Amino acid sequence: MIVAMWVRSTMTYRASFALTAFGNFVATAFDFVAILLMFSHIDALGGYTLGEIAFLYGTTSTSFGLADLAMGSMNRLGRRVRDGTLDTLLVRPAPVLAQVAADRFGLRRLGRVTQGLLVLGYALVVADIDWTPLKVLMLPVMLLSGAGIYASLYVAGAAFQFVAQDASEVQNSFTYGGNTLLQYPPSIFAQDLVRGVTFVLPLAFVNWLPALYVLDREDPLGLPDWLAFLPPVVAVVCCGLAALAWRAGLRSYRSTGS
Amino acid sequence: MRLYAAVAAGGFRRYATYRLATMAGIFTNTVFGFIGSYTYIALWDERPHLGGYDQPQALTYVWIGQTLLAACALLGAGFEDELIERIKTGDIAIDLYRPADLQLWWLAADLGRATFQLIGRGIIPMAVGALAFDLALPGSAWPWLAFLVAVTLGVVVSFAIRYLVALSAFWLMDGAGAAQMAWLASAFFSGMLLPLNVFPGVFGEIARALPWSALLQVPADVFLGKHAGWGLLQAYAFQAGWAVALLGAGRALQAAATKRVVVQGG
Repeated sequence: MIVAMWVRSTMTYRASFALTAFGNFVATAFDFVAILLMFSHIDALGGYTLGEIAFLYGTTSTSFGLADLAMGSMNRLGRRVRDGTLDTLLVRPAPVLAQVAADRFGLRRLGRVTQGLLVLGYALVVADIDWTPLKVLMLPVMLLSGAGIYASLYVAGAAFQFVAQDASEVQNSFTYGGNTLLQYPPSIFAQDLVRGVTFVLPLAFVNWLPALYVLDREDPLGLPDWLAFLPPVVAVVCCGLAALAWRAGLRSYRSTGS
Repeated sequence: MRLYAAVAAGGFRRYATYRLATMAGIFTNTVFGFIGSYTYIALWDERPHLGGYDQPQALTYVWIGQTLLAACALLGAGFEDELIERIKTGDIAIDLYRPADLQLWWLAADLGRATFQLIGRGIIPMAVGALAFDLALPGSAWPWLAFLVAVTLGVVVSFAIRYLVALSAFWLMDGAGAAQMAWLASAFFSGMLLPLNVFPGVFGEIARALPWSALLQVPADVFLGKHAGWGLLQAYAFQAGWAVALLGAGRALQAAATKRVVVQGG
């Protein structure tokens, strides 16, 4: 209902909505234009062709876009904690998490999802993928699991803001930074970084591991193939952990008292 | 002059107050510096000397980008949101009655902000980058000094662009759309995503002639010693030319806008 309210309110200014949605689309598209510019000089980056990188790019951007659409408002929690307006949400008869997520729900963020899906579509046309039924099934599963993993990062980051109060930038470096990282093949990064992204922050499950399976690529860490099928499990575990962190954060909340 | 110095000092102190936000910014700049470095290593492995840079120079470019990101407001976020808000609410009428020039006032505040951001958010990421990667850092003091001059000019150009954007709120009422467009242009055409030297053909030439290249591409090239002797003066002249032209346009727009201000009662 809160979501519907914010959608109605943005729709009041249709021109502004169109402009900002388009702006979001272009903003994210520039990343891909940069990659295209790189490929005007080279044929492969870290051994990956443009089509394969577009596949990585499209999958992570779509997942991230979906999570951002649902949970992007979590960034605002720090401000609400600081100025005490979180109290308003606490007294309402609805889950606080849902309210924070719906706070200023921005339909314009559809621009990011659209762009991700377009690049993914391009990748599916251009990249040379040896399709099997399992790989076809893998695609929607990895997009949704990825969205789940990103969403839990948003929630965990928000929980951290109960303590830190103003750390949305740190959160950005995990969400936006993770998204940028996963747009490129794991083969170009230092092994320790790849290991960290796989085992500490389970970002590699968003697209690297399943995508390597779809693209028939070797994992630079030499991890077993079956890990590619784990994203749904990882997503569920991450969401569970994020929920616990959120509850702990909310319990520790003390109003500003002003 | 003393007034503007005080305003600049205020701008510096204001951003220095938020220590946690600064630390978060340093962290973010460092993370993105690492991601950028690895992609550039892969790119320059394929094509050594792309854009006239060798690999250490390309990596240095990445970290200069992170160092200047906040100072030159490459991704927006400086004073413009606040000025737009003041125009929207009408508080601008009070500012216009103050015995200070509106443009110079905001320029002083923005220079103060930029100085803090350069020190607060620039030095640590650059140091981390230099420890983690093989960078092409100048050995003598002279290039560093030349770099600081280029950065200062870059900040002024950046300010002049954002001032124009903010003034558009006099006509558009809501400056958010214009601010977003300006932010997009600056993210792409400053060379933040990819050095402008790597942009191909005529597109590259146009990109290098636009004012945004004064924000990152020119200071980075000065730092890397690409402009020497007369070339350095030419680079400065390019930046100063855009600064003068854009500040002049801002002044003209400001004059036109002040004629439009209607103070509402109540």
